[in-house]
Amino acid sequence: MTRRRFAALLPFCLATALPCALLAQVSSDRLLRAADEPRNWLTYSGSYMSQRYTQLREVTPSNVKDLEQKWIFQAQSLQSFSATPLVVDGVMYVTQAPNDIVALDARTGRVFWVYHYAATPGRICCRGLVNRGVAILDDTLFMATVDAHLVAVDARNGEQLWDTKVGEAKAAYAMTLAPLAIKDKVIVGVAGAEYGIRGYIAAYDAKTGKEAWKAYTIPGPGEPGHDTWPADGWEHGGASVWTTGSYDPELNLTYWGIGNPGPDFNAAQREGDNLYSDSVVALDADTGKVKWHFQFTPNDPYDYDSTQVPVLVDANWNGSPRKLMLWGNRNGFFYVLDRATGRFLLGRPFTKVNWASGLNPTTGRPILTPQPPGQPTFPGPAGATNWYSPSYSPRTGLFYLSAWENYSTVFAEGARVTYKEGQNFTGGNLTQTPGTAAMPLLGRGIINTWHEGAPRGVVLAIDPATGTRKWEFEMHDVTTSGILTTASDLLFTGGREGYFQALDARNGTLLWKVSVGGEVAAGPMSYQLDGKQYVAVAAGHCLFVYALR
Amino acid sequence: MTRSTVRCGIAVTALLAVGEGRLGAQFPAGGPYSQADIQVGARVFASQCVVCHGATGNLVAGVDLRSGRFNRASNDGELMQIVMEGVKGTAMPAFTFTPAELTGVIAYLRNMRDFNAGAAALGNPERGRTIFEGSGRCATCHRVNGKGPRLAPDLSRVGSLRTADMIERAVVAPSSALNFENRSVRAVMRDGKTIAGRRLNEDTYTVQIIDEQEYLVSLTKADLREYTVIEKPSMPAYKGTLSSQDISDVVAYLLTLRGQR
Repeated sequence: MTRRRFAALLPFCLATALPCALLAQVSSDRLLRAADEPRNWLTYSGSYMSQRYTQLREVTPSNVKDLEQKWIFQAQSLQSFSATPLVVDGVMYVTQAPNDIVALDARTGRVFWVYHYAATPGRICCRGLVNRGVAILDDTLFMATVDAHLVAVDARNGEQLWDTKVGEAKAAYAMTLAPLAIKDKVIVGVAGAEYGIRGYIAAYDAKTGKEAWKAYTIPGPGEPGHDTWPADGWEHGGASVWTTGSYDPELNLTYWGIGNPGPDFNAAQREGDNLYSDSVVALDADTGKVKWHFQFTPNDPYDYDSTQVPVLVDANWNGSPRKLMLWGNRNGFFYVLDRATGRFLLGRPFTKVNWASGLNPTTGRPILTPQPPGQPTFPGPAGATNWYSPSYSPRTGLFYLSAWENYSTVFAEGARVTYKEGQNFTGGNLTQTPGTAAMPLLGRGIINTWHEGAPRGVVLAIDPATGTRKWEFEMHDVTTSGILTTASDLLFTGGREGYFQALDARNGTLLWKVSVGGEVAAGPMSYQLDGKQYVAVAAGHCLFVYALR
Repeated sequence: MTRSTVRCGIAVTALLAVGEGRLGAQFPAGGPYSQADIQVGARVFASQCVVCHGATGNLVAGVDLRSGRFNRASNDGELMQIVMEGVKGTAMPAFTFTPAELTGVIAYLRNMRDFNAGAAALGNPERGRTIFEGSGRCATCHRVNGKGPRLAPDLSRVGSLRTADMIERAVVAPSSALNFENRSVRAVMRDGKTIAGRRLNEDTYTVQIIDEQEYLVSLTKADLREYTVIEKPSMPAYKGTLSSQDISDVVAYLLTLRGQR
């Protein structure tokens, strides 16, 4: 710890009369029970179940109108602010894109320290230099970097403890996700499918940074599923990982959503199902062995990454308690799986879908209805939903997600493309659906007048028992915001319009909104200090924090 | 400079040399880009570039490929370098194109504005201006280079923003070509007061317009008794009103409007 950093920390300890020892170690046991200490937010999605739900209930539908801004943190970065902060016993840890970690006083937003990671120069990270947050285990923070390193940083002083190379940056391996710490390991996955990587999920020893296991998302020769690729296709078939997984400690399985196969859009160039692209895989948390997989979109020609957060729910299914997994997929279908076995239980479109007429009731495999040349396919390549964190409320029993309605694109197979290290490796020939407005996939400017005929953002509440909509909240613009629900039946979300808003989780009624002046492309979270509930969300280039007056 | 950059640099120089040679030989008036290259580039653009830049080339904030002005390139060599090496710190990646594809992409970028231009017959811009300001009565609604009202879209840069084909369709049948951003709206306040104008921006809760008196007005939707987006343009269709030669002349005039610099 440098003297300056110590000097910064000392007044905080005195002023709050809290001993620094309160910055307690976040043991793996605490992570197992993260949902039971709602004053903290200990993992990217709030708990291993990834429900993005808080048991806090001070802010309610009747007093939410009294929320006021308590502080703002302005990032020294013009990249998209996609991170969800962690809060541990009064200290917030958030990433400033691409790869700084900032430790702040969660009461005031004053900064304790900043850790800066200098990424390898070069062309890196296909979809923007973003980061979705850190993981914590004991006294150590873990961050995945845009040049595919995993770094461990001392949570008390921001000093780097180790730096492990996870992938080859010059071959376009990159990481944007928040890691997941399980027991004594830290788990990450690599992005770069548009550049012909071969994806994998890997675990590292939290103390040393040494690789513990590595699970390729494209099976190698001799492994089950290898024959779902052409002989010359599997080594550069993509199947990236860029959102954080979930974990069931009883089953000791960790679940991860896998991205699109490559070359993107050129399905004919990679004949076969292309496992485990567009799938969820269940891995043994100790060994990385694939216990089961379920593929949502075989031989995907539409870029329907299954990089959504796996939401785990324990609920009755047909009258019996069951370990479930809920999944609103980019391909437009909502799925319920048995997370012990991977068995398909239910699947139903949650918005307009025409690439498949439905799912096989036994296997969940899509019944394909490819559209004629020149005709639009619903949903378009940005998907019916995407990386935006969904939420599940055990109180309402509803699954909530941000979706795009009325969204299509005309797809066509492109010329055969050849892999070259570090270079773009996508095919396809995409054109705008005639008569519709142009649709920016990755954010847009601040003027929005293109909406007639263009997609709209909606918050959907889905009943997992039937897959049907319970309610919807429609926005003028599309949304890339995650969703937080609370034990007081509030739902917090935002969108590209620059609002942060609270809905009634039971019926979708708008209860409160505030202008944050920039796109919300992150998931909100909540924490508690001195008995007061705070709600935080990143928007534009700032982190906004609210509490009751 | 890395070895690959050196190779790229050599390739750019070689391609430029080819381009310059052709300029003198074959394209003295219309520019150094052949229709064949433009066609190749259009196909490459549709498969590789459109996902981020959009078919209209203006989906990335602050980048309008169709404008003919590039933030980081002042010549074709620099454009090629950007395509091949990407732009560090942004989402623009490096691409591997064959020389023919690269030449094509540059040719297309340089001609995006006029792609499909074949649809508009070549007109007389001077005559078009006379019609625009006189018998066509276009100038009674549209503003050009600081003159005219602001309610209809300002056309001072329309030649940089739209293709000939798009302009022609807008003149002949505005209802088929009106851009979403130019929709008129009509709002009725709770007290019955009506506000009409052209929409500038809109979100879930509010709408911003320039009203008929050219005031900038921001309305909260919750305060409105009625709010209508009028999809039928107030602009008349000139098919039948103007001769096809007149329309070609007006299009030719509008294509000359590329802003005052």
